[in-house]
Amino acid sequence: MTSDLLHYEDFPEGLVIPLGSHHLSKDEVIAFAKEWDPQPFHLDEAEAERSVLGGLAASGWQTSAILIKLSVEGYANRSAAMASNSMEEGRWLKPVYAGETLTGRATVLSRRVSSKRPEMGILKMKFELFNAEGELKAELTGVQFMKVRHP
Amino acid sequence: MIGLWLDEIQVGQVVELGTHHFTREAIIAFAKQYDPQPFHLSDEGGREGPFGVLSASGWHTGAAWMKCYVATNQAAEAKFRAGGREPAMIGPSPGFTNLRWLKPVTPGDTISYRSTVTGTRELNSRPGWGLVFSMNEGFNQKGELVFSFEGKVLTPKRP
Repeated sequence: MTSDLLHYEDFPEGLVIPLGSHHLSKDEVIAFAKEWDPQPFHLDEAEAERSVLGGLAASGWQTSAILIKLSVEGYANRSAAMASNSMEEGRWLKPVYAGETLTGRATVLSRRVSSKRPEMGILKMKFELFNAEGELKAELTGVQFMKVRHP
Repeated sequence: MIGLWLDEIQVGQVVELGTHHFTREAIIAFAKQYDPQPFHLSDEGGREGPFGVLSASGWHTGAAWMKCYVATNQAAEAKFRAGGREPAMIGPSPGFTNLRWLKPVTPGDTISYRSTVTGTRELNSRPGWGLVFSMNEGFNQKGELVFSFEGKVLTPKRP
């Protein structure tokens, strides 16, 4: 690993990392739903309008995956990230509608160095996804492993 | 769930959701779109990554659970309709807790998914609906638990 990558030391508790945006097209909602979550409210506009979601909305797994993509592009791929083994909570708070532009934000909630593996830091992260109006749509809270620069 | 209304669902009920096979091509294609970290994108990136091998994005493993869950539900709903009975259709989910990726899912793996009902609750905020809570697991072809989470899904009460 080259030293210009971000390491554990670069992620202090409380750090807020603005992530990029993703425009969610109707085609992308339907394509994901066809492959992974073919429920009527993710596939068909008329059915979706009659459903409890009130409009064509993304699968929660797609919403989560978009938030992960924004975090990977936003900082993980510039860092010595070592994957994750858990997300303690995922909240799909409001429907994410086709046509919305979504923006992410990551926050370091807490951190510690693994006692078994001193070369590995454990970041507890919160990832949030907002629409253009600033409404919080989805939130993930979980672990991100990150190499320690100077173990 | 599987065409059942809220009041018909039993705590402890186990539903086998079927299997999903992960090819190298599918692992890379999913990762390119949603989780482009080097260890999900190529064999070489996998070798240098935390698992020493190309592995599927954990969200790919989760999406495949959803695919199996929906297919199982839709097959059960069709069976009800064929028998002249109106099935309950599941609603959206407000989220999950304790999602764990216990072992990497690698090219050639076939994951068997299972859902076990852990509780049901009526919703005062949404008349006619309740929540069904479940423990969901994925096992690889060696029988190793690779994936689990606690889910919840909106489920209608019998009208």
